[in-house]
Amino acid sequence: MALFARAARAPLEYSRTLWMRLWVGAVMVFLYAPLAVLMIFSFNDSKRNVVWRGFTTKYYEKALSNDQLVEALVNSLAIAALATLASLVIGTLAAIMLWRFRFPLKGIVDGTVSLPIIVPEICLGVAFLMFFAAVDWPTDLIWPFNLGAITIAHITFCFPFVTMVVRSRLASFNREQEEAAKDLGASEWQVFRDVLIPHIKPALVAGALLAFTLSLDDFVITYFTSGPDTITFPVKVYSMVRFSVTPEVNAASTLLIILTVVLTFIALKLQGVKAIADTH
Amino acid sequence: MAEQDWGTNKRAFAAVSLPTLFWVVAFFLVPMAIVWLYSFGENRGLTDIDISGTLDNYKRATEWLYVTIFAKSFAVAALVTLICLIVGFPVAMAITFASEKWRPWLLLGIMLPFWTNLLIRTYALMMLLGTQGFANKGLGLLWGGASWVKTLVGLEPLPTWEPVELLFNNFAVVFGLVYVHLPFMVLPLYAALDRLDRSLIEASLDLGAGHFRTIMRIVVPLAAPGIVAGVMITLIPALGAYLTPDLMGGTDSQMIANVIERQFKKANDWPFGAALSFLLIYAMFILIALQSLRRKVPEVR
Amino acid sequence: MTNAPKPIIQIRNVSKRFGKVTAVDDVNLDILTGEFFVLLGPSGCGKTTLLRMIAGFELPTEGQILIDGQDMAGIAPNKRPVNMVFQSYAVFPHMSVADNVGYGLKIAGVKGGEAKDRVAEALELVKLGGYEARMPDQMSGGQRQRVALARSLVMRPKVLLLDEPLSALDAKLRAQMQFELSDLQDQVGITFVTVTHDQDEALSMASRIAVINKGDVAQLATPSDLYEYPANRFVADFVGSVNIFEGKLTLDEPDRAAVDCPGLGKVYLNHGVTGPHGADVWVALRPEKIYLHVPGEGKAVRAAALDAPEDHNFARGCIKGMSYLGDITLYEILLDSGAMLRVSRPNLSRHDQEDFTWDDRVSMHWRADSPVVLLG
Repeated sequence: MALFARAARAPLEYSRTLWMRLWVGAVMVFLYAPLAVLMIFSFNDSKRNVVWRGFTTKYYEKALSNDQLVEALVNSLAIAALATLASLVIGTLAAIMLWRFRFPLKGIVDGTVSLPIIVPEICLGVAFLMFFAAVDWPTDLIWPFNLGAITIAHITFCFPFVTMVVRSRLASFNREQEEAAKDLGASEWQVFRDVLIPHIKPALVAGALLAFTLSLDDFVITYFTSGPDTITFPVKVYSMVRFSVTPEVNAASTLLIILTVVLTFIALKLQGVKAIADTH
Repeated sequence: MAEQDWGTNKRAFAAVSLPTLFWVVAFFLVPMAIVWLYSFGENRGLTDIDISGTLDNYKRATEWLYVTIFAKSFAVAALVTLICLIVGFPVAMAITFASEKWRPWLLLGIMLPFWTNLLIRTYALMMLLGTQGFANKGLGLLWGGASWVKTLVGLEPLPTWEPVELLFNNFAVVFGLVYVHLPFMVLPLYAALDRLDRSLIEASLDLGAGHFRTIMRIVVPLAAPGIVAGVMITLIPALGAYLTPDLMGGTDSQMIANVIERQFKKANDWPFGAALSFLLIYAMFILIALQSLRRKVPEVR
Repeated sequence: MTNAPKPIIQIRNVSKRFGKVTAVDDVNLDILTGEFFVLLGPSGCGKTTLLRMIAGFELPTEGQILIDGQDMAGIAPNKRPVNMVFQSYAVFPHMSVADNVGYGLKIAGVKGGEAKDRVAEALELVKLGGYEARMPDQMSGGQRQRVALARSLVMRPKVLLLDEPLSALDAKLRAQMQFELSDLQDQVGITFVTVTHDQDEALSMASRIAVINKGDVAQLATPSDLYEYPANRFVADFVGSVNIFEGKLTLDEPDRAAVDCPGLGKVYLNHGVTGPHGADVWVALRPEKIYLHVPGEGKAVRAAALDAPEDHNFARGCIKGMSYLGDITLYEILLDSGAMLRVSRPNLSRHDQEDFTWDDRVSMHWRADSPVVLLG
């Protein structure tokens, strides 16, 4: 078999050695097998998850007619969209501030902006729990305003990632482009719109993808921030996993995985794998 | 590249800095300050907390129970990081030296789980590891095979296979954390290896070194910043992990985040929880300070 | 000499394809012991691939490479008796100069005192004595290159491979290193194989040059033969500056030949070219081999160089461009035939460049041994 043939191989073609292939293959199986099993068994016609009893889509119907689950999913998507938008604006402004200007206490500001990345999720969750309790944040607002607290929390931990990604992209910006634009008569705002924004566009796409998935992914902070009546998808799934494992969870999870994959491919179509990978 | 002094363009500076500063202060520093203040408080009644400046919460955190949980969290996080490094390094090497055609797909293969919901991934792993899951079935098959081989050579067959409990113990926590954090390790390693000038590796081979020696003497030292970054990026979230030990761990595999959560959701001892939170944050700061100390050592470009 | 020098490297029908791209196409070459051999060609011609195949970093798709008579197929780079100086120098940035130079010795198991002596000796050879403790980031590009040289020389390889060794240096340093590399090669007696795209570098250092074009050897010759007797238009054009005109061979005898070029006029040579009568050929004429005169003065000069029949090796035109380069002045001349001709003229005295200027009518002639007739 070609895979096992000891073909001549140039010295740096490490990825062509057999043991490297086996290693990478094993890691990929490790990463994907659980997800694959989860997705396959979402079509399993059985209450218990482990034995294949035939194909069915009834758990998808069940999941989609579960009002709480659907509401949780809609909430999560709404929060993610809002948080992404706000994170893009704040994150980009912060990146430009730190890249462009020299100002007093810059080192401290720089450190503080990236601090939410380092502070453990649990601590941020605790902080928001206490903060919203201390300011008596209303918990009985109508949709979508009842998502405000969660959205604020999500923006706080998402925007530093956008800042990080945009800033590394800004580092490769050639200032002479800006000078050339000004030389040709562009104003500060026109330079920003016509030169700077196009340059950082790949970072904005990558940052948006990152913020959206981080927001959609978050359980811990939301768990602490959400009021009694607002529920997000991860919180809902958590309670379902804790108390009753049903194929419904598989079906709902499969939908979310597909959504993630679709989003990723849209981002890739926009920017290419390389650009996205470079931002990590 | 020259930075502009903020004073020379105050309007532009205000436009970019005010939204950021407002957000950071109002929705990050203030909440953190509240936690910090509460960590010096004590419970008065059910919802009433008095910030009295007491150090009792910190004193309580030095009790043996909590010290062991902190130590255990560190040990688990360090073990997870080590496993991720060992597993991830060859993967990063393979991606770096893969052909142009394959590299983006391998990268995508590593990144996609990173973008997939953590809870879903944990749940998927739980399904696989449960007593009725595939991991147990596979082990059962191996056991059966071994038993059959024994009868073949004329020995007593093994006793019948009892499913092992792969979940709800420390093994499951480490396994789950490795599963979740592996992409965090691979990506910075790949970034560092990709920056490495390949002719350095070729020069080492050219001078007679074997591949293993080249990796240990040339690749690893030069990729050290990436390795440190990967270690930090894995270690910090692993140390503060909540979900994996909560869902996959047993009663004895709680990590520090679970203890903190209990103070808020069950024990209702907010001041103590706040103190534990800040201790965890301080631990992160110490880790980061250690990393930057390492950077002070004259580094090669 | 009764026995010719032995080939140290034999390249036999070697091809290298990357997917659909053929980088090296059925090359045969013998590199002799003690040579300073240069592979010269434009970027992307396959010369570096050839060098990397000798070092073992690329594997030939077809063919065979022998070093000192031994087939290198299946032999890893770390087991080959050759060492390489990389284009980027590849000096290990995390090791001191001494550790860099001593790296290969340590692996080879050379112990303490001897290793130290050999490192010192190698550094002395490249004029870096006393730099042992330096780190690479404290050194200039030229010094780093010397470290890379010493690191390879200390291994006493049978062949030293150099990939574009001077390309990263500035012009002055490059000229100096050309001499030093030649001296060094004399001193150590190791066969050098160098890859370069710079013809000056190749001409000044090489004992023999293989010009590579599109993966194939276009010509293999000594530097002066390459310049004075290019084998084809590619070599004539790539090595040095040249005027090339199409023409028809009208006379071809053992001791003389003539070509009728619509662009340049009648060209006479004092040697045969062995081409079929009436064949389409090309005439190559180097700019420095053309004499430039004020019209009318021409007759007097021509009298001194009467080695061609009347109306041969002679042209008239008008100066359309000139650039003063200090040592020489370069003229672009629009011939009466409508073709352009490049002529260079040494500035033998301080005011020579003032002799001619734009739009001057001039006449030109060249000697019968100057043009080269190219068949391909």
